[in-house]
Amino acid sequence: MVTEKDVSYVADLAHLELTAEERARMLKDLNSILGYIERLNQLDTANVEPMAQVASRYGAGAAGGNAMRDDELRPSLPHDEAMNNAPQTDGTFFKVPKVIEK
Amino acid sequence: MTNLDTLTVDAARTAVLEKQATATALVDAFYKKIEAVDPAIGAYLTLCKDRAQRQAERVDALADKGDALPPLAGVPVAIKDVLTTKGVRTTAGSKILDDFIAPYDATAVARLEAAGAIVLGKTNCDEFAMGSSNENSGFYPVKNPRDLTRVPGGSSGGSAAVVAAGTAVASLGTDTGGSIRQPGAFCGVVGLKPTYGRVSRYGLIAFASSLDHVGPFGKTVKDVALILQHMAGRDPMDSTSADLPVPDYTGEIGKPVTGLRIGVPKEYFGEGLDPEVRAAVEAGIQELAKAGCEVVSVSLPHTEYAIPTYYLIATAEASSNLARFDGVRYGMRAREARTLAEMYRKTRDAGFGTEVKRRIMLGTYALSAGYYDAYYLKAQKVRSLLARDFDEAFAKVDAIVTPTTPTPAFKLGEKADDPLAMYLADIYTVTANLVGVPGITVPCGKSREGLPIGMQILGKHFDEATVLKAAHVVEHALADNPA
Repeated sequence: MVTEKDVSYVADLAHLELTAEERARMLKDLNSILGYIERLNQLDTANVEPMAQVASRYGAGAAGGNAMRDDELRPSLPHDEAMNNAPQTDGTFFKVPKVIEK
Repeated sequence: MTNLDTLTVDAARTAVLEKQATATALVDAFYKKIEAVDPAIGAYLTLCKDRAQRQAERVDALADKGDALPPLAGVPVAIKDVLTTKGVRTTAGSKILDDFIAPYDATAVARLEAAGAIVLGKTNCDEFAMGSSNENSGFYPVKNPRDLTRVPGGSSGGSAAVVAAGTAVASLGTDTGGSIRQPGAFCGVVGLKPTYGRVSRYGLIAFASSLDHVGPFGKTVKDVALILQHMAGRDPMDSTSADLPVPDYTGEIGKPVTGLRIGVPKEYFGEGLDPEVRAAVEAGIQELAKAGCEVVSVSLPHTEYAIPTYYLIATAEASSNLARFDGVRYGMRAREARTLAEMYRKTRDAGFGTEVKRRIMLGTYALSAGYYDAYYLKAQKVRSLLARDFDEAFAKVDAIVTPTTPTPAFKLGEKADDPLAMYLADIYTVTANLVGVPGITVPCGKSREGLPIGMQILGKHFDEATVLKAAHVVEHALADNPA
C-alpha cells in the first residue's frame, strides 16, 4: 500500500513537485496499478533468472551481447550546435541557478 | 493527378520514374491535402515544407537526368515526433520539448531519405510515446480518420492516422508496448514492429530502452516491407542494432505459405475479447488455412502476467530515461526557480503531463530502496518466463496469430480517466516487446459499425519475412484494398 509519505518521497527522488491535487490522484492511481501488479506474486520465480534485455538471449547485439567498440577519438556534435537548444547560456556554458547558497 | 488516398509506395515511385508526376508536384498535392483534412484529425504537429521541397527537387533532378532512381524515390512519408529530424522541431509530443530543434537525424529517418523518401512532417503522438489513445499528447489529441469521435490508438496515433487519411503514403512509428500495432489496427492500416535490434534506434527519444522499437506503417504489407527494407540493418551509432544481414523482404511477399505452421494461442481468445474482433480474426485464420497453412493450437501460459510485467519494466526504464529532461541543456525551463533543485522540479512539473508523471512515479517507486526486488527484479524474472513461453511455442510453429486489440477503436474520453483500463488496451501487444519478437497488424475486417479490426501475426526473432508473407495472405483475402 502506497502512502502519502511514499508519494512525497518518490516525487522527491524523481525531481517532481506535484500539486496537492496531483498527489491525491497519484496516491489513488499508484495503489490501483500496484494492486493489479500484485498478481505477479502468484508466480514462483525463485529459480528463474532475471531478463534485463533481449539482445544477449537472442544474439541481437553486435556480438550477441555487449557491444564493444575501439576506444578512439571520433567527431562529436560541435559546441555551438550543442548549445543551440540551451534555455540559458553565457555562450560557452549552460547557465543554471546557484547550486550552493553563500 | 494521382489519387492520394490509394497511393502506395511503389505507385508513388513509379509515378515519378515514369514522369506521370514530379516529386515536387506530389509533395505539393500532399500539403494541399494535409491543409484540407488534417485540421479535423490533428495527426501532424510540424510540417517541414522546405526540407520536403529540397528533397523533392533532388529526386526530380535525378529523374530529369535519367539516372537510376533510388528505391523510395519521391515517396512522401511522415515521421513520429519521437524521432529526431535535423533542423526540424522534435517534441516527443511534450511541452517540455515544445521548441526543441534536433541537431541530428535519427538513423531510420536518414536511411529513408537516402533511399529517396520525402519527409513531409512530424506526427502527433502520446507524450514520450506513453499512451494508447493519443489523448496524452501535450498538444492536441489525434482523431481516428475512420470515425472522428474515436481515438486512433496510441502512442503512434498520428503516424497511423496519416496513412489512413491519405496525408502521407507511409510513416514511421515506434512501438514500446504496442504503439505501432494497436493504432494500426484502430485505423485500419498495416503496422510492423520489427525484431528488437532490426532497426536502429539512434535518434529515438528513449522511453524504455529494452522495449523501444522503430517500425513502419503503410497501406499494404508490401509497403511496410519496402520501408523496413531500406532502414533495417546494423548501425554503429546504436550498439543494440543487430549485425545480421537484411533479407529481401519484398521478395517474400506473394510466395506460397503452404505448410507454414500457424499457432493460435488460446490465452489470446479468452475473456475480454470483443465477439466481432474474434469473428474477424477467426476468419483471417481460415484464410491462412485455405492458403495451405497448418493451424495448430499453442499455449502461452504466462500471458496474463504480461501487462503487470510490462508496466514495471517500462516505467522503471522511463523514470531513468526521462531524468535527462531537467531544463539545463535543452527544452523548456521554469523561470521562477531560485535553486537548481527547485528549477528541476518546477521545470518537470510544468513540462510533463499527467501520464508521464504517473509513469515516472511508478518507475521510481519500483526501483526505490526496499521495493526493487519485489517489483523490478520480480518483473525481470517473469519476463524470462514470457520469453520461455515463446521459445516453446516457436519450437512448434513458424508464426503465431492473435487479435491485435481486444476491441475496435474506443471513443475519445472513454478511458481517459482510468489508467489501468487504458493499459489493458495493449494486452495482446506488450509481450512481443518484452520478448523482442517481430509483430505485424494487418486489417482483417470491420465491425458492424464499420470500424477496422486488426489481426496480429508474431514471428520468430529476425523472421520478419514469414510475418510479412502470412500477413499478405490475410490482406489479399480480407482487406478493403487487397494488394
